[in-house]
Amino acid sequence: MKERTLRGRVAIAGVGETTYYKHGQAPDSEFALALRAILNACADAGLDPRQIDGFASYSNDRNDPSRIAAALGLPELRFSNMQWGGGGGGGSAAIGNAAAAVAAGLADCVVVFRALAQGQFQRFGAAPPGGTVSGEQALTFPYGLISPAQRFAMRVMRYFHEHGIRPEAQRAIALASYHHAQSNPRAVMHGRPLSAEAYDASRWIVEPFRLYDCCLENDGAAAVIVVSAERARDLKARPAFLLGVAQGSEHRNAARGHNAPLYATSSFTSVAPHLYAMAGVKPADVDVVQSYENFTGGVLMSLVEHGFFTAEEANEFLVVDNLLAPAGRLPLNTSGGNLAECYMHGLELVIEAARQVRGESTAQVPGAEVSLVISGPMVTPVSSLILGGEAAL
Amino acid sequence: MSATAGSYLPPGLPAPVPEPDGLDAPYWAGTRRGELMVQRCPRCETWQWGPEWICHACLSPEVGWARVDGRGIIYSWERAWHPVHPALKEHGPYIVVLVELPHAGGIRMVGNLLGDPRQPVTIGAPVVAVFEPHAAATPPFTLVQWKVL
Repeated sequence: MKERTLRGRVAIAGVGETTYYKHGQAPDSEFALALRAILNACADAGLDPRQIDGFASYSNDRNDPSRIAAALGLPELRFSNMQWGGGGGGGSAAIGNAAAAVAAGLADCVVVFRALAQGQFQRFGAAPPGGTVSGEQALTFPYGLISPAQRFAMRVMRYFHEHGIRPEAQRAIALASYHHAQSNPRAVMHGRPLSAEAYDASRWIVEPFRLYDCCLENDGAAAVIVVSAERARDLKARPAFLLGVAQGSEHRNAARGHNAPLYATSSFTSVAPHLYAMAGVKPADVDVVQSYENFTGGVLMSLVEHGFFTAEEANEFLVVDNLLAPAGRLPLNTSGGNLAECYMHGLELVIEAARQVRGESTAQVPGAEVSLVISGPMVTPVSSLILGGEAAL
Repeated sequence: MSATAGSYLPPGLPAPVPEPDGLDAPYWAGTRRGELMVQRCPRCETWQWGPEWICHACLSPEVGWARVDGRGIIYSWERAWHPVHPALKEHGPYIVVLVELPHAGGIRMVGNLLGDPRQPVTIGAPVVAVFEPHAAATPPFTLVQWKVL
């Protein structure tokens, strides 16, 4: 068997999104948004949409690939894939699944997409209706431990206790996202800067998370075109080559009722080493990072577990200036991310990572060649990926 | 372990019921008796919580149940302010704790910390289980809350 790797074999050849809307304000149906994002990604790549022959998504996206294929009039459908697991943990994994299909010859042109119009469905941050719960939920819901913020605050509180993390570390992450959104006209929070004072004055959602530690909920759709590296070089946009991708979680991470043996983790301690091994790069080689903000504490843990600093260095490292493009030590969430660009379940982070490699970000890191995406801390499975330009191959 | 009158959180939150397949039925039946029942493998003596159909250590399908003493230490905690359920509107903050049971293999249990919802909380503090019956519910159930010793 040849060396088993995806490194350099596939590339993101096009990216697209709809207008990003505040929660409940999309004028179109979720399915229509998905179609528009896919067509925009094709236009970005200079690719006839009829060349698409596969789809990959995550988090139980409601928009069925067979219906999309019919709506787009595709000649044939060859690959249809859903990454298991809730939340945004599947964002990078869906790219990896698409890439694996292309590299293995199961399909030639796979679209990774995510569409959310939660005003038309149930919100994530509100409890579902219904009188009884069972299983995992029976162990937590009757105690008022219900929402994602409440589920993850417990992990983050333990982590902060073990490592002496101060609130200012979380604040720096929120401020960096809002700062970058001010130069991004696509961002929902464009024109709405956040100050340290406003952060400190914001209400608690659940300690240790204040309002600005928590992601938005938005409407919109995003799509990414994955093709072979050779084909990407012949298309319009500068390819963002996949250097590495990994997914998963640690030993018994999903043990019920908060019984993961390694509890204070963003779930990446076993995943990140696989990522770097495939990509053939070290943390110090990474030029820019997009790290999924469900909650800022999860970003902090993700950055530690991806080797950018130790937990004991977090207070010192996580100051705003270190996190800003163009010149910070580790430019972070340069589109505004889930906090301030749009909560497109982290697929907007993959798009931003590709734009950094293409030199097209609204908060560009000069000469960015190695661009890392972290998807969905604290859930399971999580995933992360690294993109690179031609020089990084 | 003692019973308590009233409930820590207001009525109207989702009520727990055993899983249709019966996996966790011994736990919920135990709480009704004022007993804390968790899984313990009779073959390799591994403690297991939440419940599963096989032992994660030796893979034996004969997972037994054992009564454990309702004492533990606070492993983590949170104070929730934003109401995410209609029953919690206007209620104000409340505390959820994750309690470790060192004498039962370090398994952990989620509950509320009784007392002042604005009290300082210390990780590592010893706590004791307090059974909170909801006898009027249909079907009736009992929650397991925790109180600082």
